[in-house]
Formats: sequence, C-alpha cells, structure tokens
Amino acid sequence: MPSLVSHPDEVKILSRRFGQGAADIEKYLEMDGYKAVQAAIEKGPDWIIAEMKASGLRGRGGAGFPTGMKWSFVPKQSAKPKYVLVNGDESEPGTCKDHLIFLHDPHAVIEGTMIAGLAIGSKLGFIYLRGEYRYLLKIVEKAVADAYAKGFLGKNIFGTGVDFDIVTQTGAGAYEVGEESALMESLEGKRGVPRIKPPFPAVVGLYGGPTVINNAETIATAPHILLMGGEAYAKVGSERNGGTRLFGISGHVERPGVYELPMGYNLKRAIYEVGGGIRGGKKLKAVVPGGSSTPVLLPEEIDIGLDFDQLGKAGSMLGSGGIVVLDETVSIVEFALRTISFYQHESCGWCIPCREGTDWLKKSIGRIYAGGGMEKDIDNIRYLAENMMGRTFCPLGDAAAMPTLGFVKKFRQEFEDYVNGKARSETPLLQISGAH
Amino acid sequence: MADVSFTVDGKKLTAPAGTLLIDACRAHGIEIPAFCYYPGLSLQAACRMCVVRQEKVPKLQTACTTPVAEGLVFTTESPEIAQARKATIELLLGNHPLDCPVCDAGGECELQDMTFRYGAHESKYVEIKQHREEQQWSPVVFFDRPRCILCYRCVRMCGEGMDVWALGIQNRGAGAVIAPNKQDHLECEECGQCIDVCPVGALTSGTYRYKTRPWEMNHVSTVCAHCGDGCKTTLGLKRADDGMEIVRGDNRDKSGINGDFLCIKGRYAFDYSNREDRLTKPLVRQANGELAPVSWEEALEFAGKKLREIRDAKGGRAIGVIGSNRTTNEEAYLLQKFARSVLGTNNIDHHRTADYATFAAALKGNADREASLRDFAAAPAILLLGGDPTEEHPGLAWQLRSDVRLNQARLYVVNHELIKLRRQAKAFLEISQDGYADLVSFLSGNGGALSSNEKAASFREDLLKEESVLIVFGPEYRGKDIEALVKFGMGFPKAKFAILGDYANSRGAADMGLFPDLLPGYVPVTAAGTFAEEYGEALPAAPGLDLVEMFDAAGAGDLAALYVVGSNPVSRYGVDASALKNVFLVVQDMFLTETAKLADVVFPAANLYEKAGTVTNTFGDIQLVKKAADRAGVRSDFELIVRLADRMGADVKKLVPFGRGGVRADFGQTRGAQSGEADRHQVWLTAHHIELKASPFDPFAIFDEVQRLVPAYDIPRMDLLTGNDQHIKTELVQIENTGSRRDLVLPSKDTLFTSGTLGKYSAMLHSVMESHTRKTAETAAD
Repeated sequence: MPSLVSHPDEVKILSRRFGQGAADIEKYLEMDGYKAVQAAIEKGPDWIIAEMKASGLRGRGGAGFPTGMKWSFVPKQSAKPKYVLVNGDESEPGTCKDHLIFLHDPHAVIEGTMIAGLAIGSKLGFIYLRGEYRYLLKIVEKAVADAYAKGFLGKNIFGTGVDFDIVTQTGAGAYEVGEESALMESLEGKRGVPRIKPPFPAVVGLYGGPTVINNAETIATAPHILLMGGEAYAKVGSERNGGTRLFGISGHVERPGVYELPMGYNLKRAIYEVGGGIRGGKKLKAVVPGGSSTPVLLPEEIDIGLDFDQLGKAGSMLGSGGIVVLDETVSIVEFALRTISFYQHESCGWCIPCREGTDWLKKSIGRIYAGGGMEKDIDNIRYLAENMMGRTFCPLGDAAAMPTLGFVKKFRQEFEDYVNGKARSETPLLQISGAH
Repeated sequence: MADVSFTVDGKKLTAPAGTLLIDACRAHGIEIPAFCYYPGLSLQAACRMCVVRQEKVPKLQTACTTPVAEGLVFTTESPEIAQARKATIELLLGNHPLDCPVCDAGGECELQDMTFRYGAHESKYVEIKQHREEQQWSPVVFFDRPRCILCYRCVRMCGEGMDVWALGIQNRGAGAVIAPNKQDHLECEECGQCIDVCPVGALTSGTYRYKTRPWEMNHVSTVCAHCGDGCKTTLGLKRADDGMEIVRGDNRDKSGINGDFLCIKGRYAFDYSNREDRLTKPLVRQANGELAPVSWEEALEFAGKKLREIRDAKGGRAIGVIGSNRTTNEEAYLLQKFARSVLGTNNIDHHRTADYATFAAALKGNADREASLRDFAAAPAILLLGGDPTEEHPGLAWQLRSDVRLNQARLYVVNHELIKLRRQAKAFLEISQDGYADLVSFLSGNGGALSSNEKAASFREDLLKEESVLIVFGPEYRGKDIEALVKFGMGFPKAKFAILGDYANSRGAADMGLFPDLLPGYVPVTAAGTFAEEYGEALPAAPGLDLVEMFDAAGAGDLAALYVVGSNPVSRYGVDASALKNVFLVVQDMFLTETAKLADVVFPAANLYEKAGTVTNTFGDIQLVKKAADRAGVRSDFELIVRLADRMGADVKKLVPFGRGGVRADFGQTRGAQSGEADRHQVWLTAHHIELKASPFDPFAIFDEVQRLVPAYDIPRMDLLTGNDQHIKTELVQIENTGSRRDLVLPSKDTLFTSGTLGKYSAMLHSVMESHTRKTAETAAD
C-alpha cells in the first residue's frame, strides 16, 4: 500500500478516512459511515438534490459539470429502469486519486452510489473500475458484500422498504472508456467507443435507461456533503467551485502525493509548500495542471487558483487534478512525445481526426526528438493539432491536441533546437519514432 | 412530423422536423460530403466530413447527426469548413497507398472525389506508410486494409442490412481494422453488399478485380436473370474477342425495386455468360450419332423441314413445345403463338414453379390486391407463409428486413422450418410441413388441430388486429389452398397478396400462356376468340398435353417432335429421358444441357443479358431488360423462333407484325445500348407506339400485340422504357375455375448458391464454400 502524505494546508473531508482502515465496514460505521444515506432515505430526493446543488460540487472527472444539476436532469418518470454508474476508469496520466478512494474508503463510493440512486429514483448502481485497477476489485467487492450482509444493500435496505443493488465491473484496459458513453458501451459488453450525443445519458444511457454517471470522487463526496450540509461544503472552496478536491502532485517535487486541498488553492503554493518545492533545488520548467490532457503552464503562469474557472481563463484546464511538475532537466520534446504516445495508443480509432491525427503527431514529434526533424514539421504539428481541435467525435482528440499545441506554442525554441541539431536524444530514431 | 423552416447557406428550406440536416440538404440539392453516413444504416459521425457551422454553436457540427428544427441557421460551405474537410482528407491520405492507378475503385472512388473537391495535394509526412498485406476473405471478397478509411459502412450493411453480422472491427486507434467473422475468411451470404457500399477500393470483388478500369466499361442497367424478384443490376461490359463480355454486376443504379440490394447471384453469377464451353455454333446429330457443328443455314433448314414434315404428316398433336422461366415475355408469347398458329398444337408447357393461374383466378375482380415488390418497402404489416425468402427471394428478404428495421413493420412468419427471417418477425409460428392448409383454416376461424396451440392462438389474435396486411406465400400453397388463403385475406380491411415463384420470368411464362390449357392472360384455349382472330389461324381448340404428359406420350410413341426453348426438362424430377429416344428433339440453349445432349438439333441461344425485351417478376412487376453482353455466334430465342417459323414456311409477318409504319425500335438492341447513349427520339417514338418495326426480330413488334391482347400488360410504355418497373395494372385473368387443373408445380427450392440449371454453369456460385455446406436445390428446373 503506497504511503499517504499529509500537509497542514489540507482540508480533509473526502480523505479523512484514508489510512484509518475504513475499508472495513465496522471502522467505516464508526466514522459516520452510512449515516448520510439513511438521512437521504428519510428526507427524500428533492432534499438530496437541493443539498448537492448548494454544495457547488462540480464533476471531478475533469469536465467540471455541476453534479446537482446533472442529477436533476434525470426524468422523474421513465418506462425503462434508471441507473447510477460510477466511473472508476481513472486513466489520465498524472491522476491517481480514485485509486486511493477505492483503496481506503470503498464504502464512501457505495454510499454515494446509493445517494445518487435515491436522488434519481434508481434501484441499481454499477461501479466500473479501470481494467488496470483489477487488483482493487477485491476490496470493492468485499465492501459491497459486507454492505449486503449488513442489509445496507439489496431488498428493504436499512429496513426502510427501499431496494438498491450494486454491481461491480472492470474494464478491459482502455483510457477511452473513461468517456461516459464509451464506458456504457463497454459495460454493456461492446467495443469501448463513444455514443452520439444527444441523447445524453440522463435521458438515454446504460441499456437505454436514464443514467447518472459520475466520477468516483464525485460520488464519494456526496455522503460528506449530506453530512456537513451543501452550503458548508461550498464555503470551503472558491467561487462557483465548491469544496475540496484530491490533487495528485507528481513529478519533480520533494513530496509527491495526493493532497486534499480546497478548490481555488494557489497552484504555486501547492507546488512549493504542499509538494515541498522542486526536487534537489532545481529550477521549475513547466507545470501540467490537471492531467496530461491539459495545456502546460510556464513558471510565470502558476500563481493561479486551482479551480475550473481560473485555469480555464488561463488557457488551460483543471481537468482531473493531476498536477505534473517538470524541472529544468526535462526535455519538453520528449515529454510531448510521451504525452502524444499515450493518446495515440489510447485512441479508440472511431473517428478520423483522432485516429490518424494522434498517429501522425506521434510520428512527427518522435522524429524531431530522434533528430530527424525538419523545420516544417513544427508547423505541421501545430497545423495537425489545430485541425484536430473540436473536430473529433469525443474529447479524446482534444485531449491529445490541446497539450501538444501548448508544448509547441510555449516551447517552440526547444523543438527548433532538436530540428537544428542543438539538442538530441540518446535513443536512435528507429526506436522512438513511429517509423514502423 | 410537421414541417419546419431553417436556413442553409442563406437559403430558406423546409423539411419535416427531426429530419437529419444531411438528408434535408440532399433533398434540396445541397450535397454535404460524407464517408460514413449511409441512408438507412445507423449513424456513426465518425468520418467528420459532413461538418457544418450551426449558428450560435461553438464547434462545427456533423450534419449527419443534427436534426433540423425551426429557425436554425447553417452554413455548409465556407473556408473554415473546407479547411476542416481538407484536413480530414489529408489525414486519410497519410496512410493511404495512393495506388489509384491500379485500384478497382479508381474513377469511382469517393475519396478521390473528395480529394479533388477539397484539395489535399501536399504530403506532409515522410514516415513510411502503414502497410498490410491484402487478404482474400472469400472467392468473391478481397480486403485491402491500407485503402480502408474505416467508415464502417460494410460492417453496418452486413449486420444491420443483411442480418449476417460477418464483419467487425479489431484493434483500436491507428491499428483498427475491419475483420471477417472467421479469423481469416468470411462465412456469410456472399452478397457483396460490403463491396457495394465501400466508398473506396478497400473491399473488392473477386470476379472483377484488376480486370479493367471503370471508364473502359459500358454500363447497362438490366434485370437479374436468376430468381423471381427481378432486381435491377447494372452490368459492366468490356470488349472481348468474340463480343462484349460481362466483367461486373453491381448496383450502381439504386432506382430499382431492389433499392440498395443485390445478392450473390445478381452481383456475380453472370459468369455463365462468359464461359468457354458455351454453344456458339448450331449442332446437328450426324449419321454416326454424334452432334456436330454445322452452318446456321443447314441447321435451320434441317429443323424447319423436319418439323414441317411431322406437322403435315401427323398433325400438331404429335409435336410438343416446352418454354422457359428465363426468356422474355415477348419470347414466351411468341413461342406459344408459334406453337398454336404454326405448329398447330396446344402441347405447350413450362416448368411451373408456382401456381400463378390459380392465384390469378382467386384474385379475379380484385386485381388491385396484388402486391408489387415495392409495396413491401413500407408496408405496416406482412404475413409470410411458407417459402424461405432469404434463400429463394433474397430481394424480398431485404425489403422485409428493411421494412422492419426502418419502419418498425410487423412481420408475421409461419413456416415448417426455422427460417432466418423469423429473427425479424414480431411473431413466428412453426407448423408441420403439411399444415399450411390447416393453418389458413385455423386463421379463418374454423378451428382445427392448431386450436389447442397457444402460440397459434396468440399469433392469430395479433394478426387479426392488423388492418393493412401484405400476405406473401410460398409454393406450399397451390390450387384450392390459394383460394382459401385469398378468401381469408380479403377479410382484412386492406390486404394485398403476393405469390412466390422461382425465376426471372416464371411469372411471365405463366402470364404469356405457356400452358396447354391457357392462352396469354389465362384465357382458356377453349375460348380463343380474339386470339384466333388476331393470329388469323384456326387455333387448336382442345387443351393439349402438359409437360409430364408430353413425356408420357413420347414414351408411348405418340409424340414425334419436341421443341425445347431455354429449358432443361430432362433434369426435372420424375421425367424419363429415355422417352425422348424416338422423338425429333430441337433444343435452344446456351449449353449442352442434359436435354440438349439428347437433341437432334441444338441452336446456340443468347441469354437474358444478351437481348432486349421485358420480364415480369413474381410480384407482377414488369421491367425492361436491355441488351448488355454480346457473344459471337449466338442468337436470341426470339430470332430463332422466327427463323424456324420461316423455314417451316409460315408467314413471318403474321407471326411478328413488323413493318407497320415508323422506324425500327428494338429496345435499343442494335444501337444505343452498345454506344452507351440513349436514343431519345427512338424512346419517344416507341413510347407512343408510332415507331416502325422494320425487323421481324423486334421484340416490341410483339409487345404491341401482348399489350392489346393481355390488358394487364397495357402499362405506360414511357415509364417502362425509362427503366422503371411497372406493376400489372388491370385484371389479369379470364378463367373462372381452376380447381380441375392438374397440379404440376415443382418449386426448385434454390438456395442463395443455386439457380436451377443455369446455376450449374456458374463456376462462381460453386466456388464459395457456403455452396457446399448448405443443402442443394431439390430439382434443377430451368
């Protein structure tokens, strides 16, 4: 089990049970476990949704859509069953927060799923775990089994006459199924390819039924909001960005780890105070603020609040909260190659701009890195990425194009150095580039 | 849905609310490019070519997934949009082999067209293109991965359209690839629809690939020679040493009654036409007992003289005539006219595959109740009794599947086997093989064995709730069972009927009177009035011998001559070939069939792709067949009949009323078709019946007469000539009672991979593995 980190600036709401053995249901119950859901049963869906709206909680998967509003979109009446779907397909490089939730506090996910179910009138929830998180499945399945054994799940939960079931499922190893509709396809046993929207999941989702699909962190936050009250939760964060968030600080910092910080927390402080500053006293070169798909920030751009709106204004994104810190030793070209290699590998291939675009970006950047680049390649990369932006079937294309554009725009000189032979990798061309 | 108005490129348009923008624009003549969009198949939004700008929406939108609504404003062409499309094409071309000079699709390729339109002339990459070896998936389907643009049309066509689901996608990202269902090969219906919808040259046809370039072919749209559905097929012709050879069959012309569809036979099974062992010289049996090639002069003279002698010596009763399921209406009509007025016999028949005569009689007075194949495209409910359209009538099966898929039609299926179409059925009822009559009785409310069957009860209950039903039945129904079925069907507020017979012109053979007891239009020979008048001869008044009786008579020594046109009666179940030992046998055929081998004279005949005329499908849809191919040495059955009549000393002008004013029109047989240009003046003249028929071999000369004497065939000619199908329009039948007629119907139960005797000569049909794994046809027929 990876060691947990801690910092005085943290506001531990979601992570307060981490490291406390709360995967055990008795321990979870000692720490206010399953109180929120019982309150929810008692007070009903309108109360739940009102609290969620008041909390200002925005989706923790990366898009930042207000959760309470999402839940309220599900039609009250439906001929088809309604579902709650927990997106545990955490795959964004630089992000490892849901992993900790499943590991340390799986019952929070279960309880949150039940609360979402109560809010929308669903009787069945699915917890979908990333294929590579298969080893966490044991923990989650045990938690679900324990909840059933206690009568918290199944028929007549808590003796209230309400029924609710939870099914767990793992993926087969595809970043793409982190996209909500692709996840539904995958869960239904099909290829993990996104669906055409509209209709949105709230209307036509899993198996054609109205579905609420939320990131695992979002779901796990719901019980805490009901316990502390939506308004109190909102106050912790910044404007229109309620509460706290698990930020994964990784890369060249002294104390990497996952920290729960209030929304709007200063990025520079997060790196230098919380993360302990740049490793070995080196100089900061760049920061990827919210997972690999978010455009890179320069050192002079990091005095900024970590919330959806402030980072959006700065031309980047809060994304999934994975802060990647790069020091002066990093080759941006190599980093860009690693990033695009990931998206090239993970593109589902459905639409042309993403399937072909990620492939050519990888090949071109790889060639530059390996010393075979030409001046026009840099403009070609920009051209390609610009022509992928907003043109792809799902956001994966943007996720590949955005950071690439950021690298080329902000570090063009480095690319030119590679092209002009002023910098070069140790790795031979054939092993790097897409020349296969 | 109510109409809404919206703006496209500054023009105000209207369309029903919810129409997809791409469709709404196409309906108004604005073409939005797309690779993955295909009408009737599920939406993909994968190719991103149809991106358009919608006012107040930040991103470009895909026109294939955007429904129109009141007041929306769109831009479909702008520098921004053109750039988006160009970038997409550049990406596609990045890995594309650009082997257009040798690609089958070169010149007919949507990727080429789009590249031409949006320009992607610059190659931005220096990396080696991704290459994969070409794969052969079946004798008729090849896959060239590097050319594939992953539009998924093939996958959807195979799954949604054909309900075969033999194609899928493997891997992801840049490695994604279309894959067949059996790892390295296909096991499917081999329809080639995947090739048809492929916008590029990724899927190519085993029978066509690398044979020619599209622009080197003439393209002639005609009717498939195989089953009774009458699908339109466009043949690609190329000049060969001995004529025009068919190199391709496809479905470029989507205007036919088959819409998007062609099966394996329509697409590939033309290869018999090009066979080396086709007869191209007349054969006459020599003193040594061998058939040997002789001149036309000699063969015609010999056959004509001999037939005349027999007729003059023994009378018409000693001569029999067997016609074909695959000759044109004009030829069938001419053959019976020749038999009755020149040979003086009613001994004429054909291999019957469905009881059209009883069907026509049962519908007497309700001729508008016969369904066209087109009616199946949008029928709210269909009752399918017997038959197996997937195998025997693939075009109908396509229409049924499409109707269920696109219009949520309710399909009710009754069969003694678990036929594939039950998968589309709202209700499927399995009955015993001999239970079809009982079923009608049960459905009509007369109880019977099925009364205790709960499934049958709910089937009946659901069915009777329908108002408008198309009732289509297989050859299981004949005689009085058809009468009972029609009577039951008439109980619905709106019902139409269709009968399923086997071949391209099985219906026409029946309509044109290839019967010993019925003249064209099912007029009893005993009431030949107008026909006798028109033919100017005393026609034999008594019904003649049917096909089986002719062989019996031959065996008994009562038949001296038999004239077989495009038929292979010897292979028919229960026929004794040795009966023909002492019969003077004249056969017209493409090949030395089992029957032709026994003949005294064999004339090499043209096939349906090598002549002009009309055919009628089993639903009563009349269509024009156009001369497409040409083979030196063969002649049409029409010409052969006329020449034989001439040699017998008959007045040819009486047989074929040619030379009655105007110029010649021969359905474009001698010109136009080969030059590829439509002779509009000719078409106009012909349509108005004022052209000159200068040739006795002109099918239209006889078509005039057909239209005069068989009122059902008096359809608007202009529509026919411009390539449309015309449904029989008026009451067809003039007989009252058919109960006493002998049941000679012998359906051949062809599969997708057989086609009677004709199918035996298609090497392609035998080459696909499915033709060996499936049951074979029960009887060979024509």
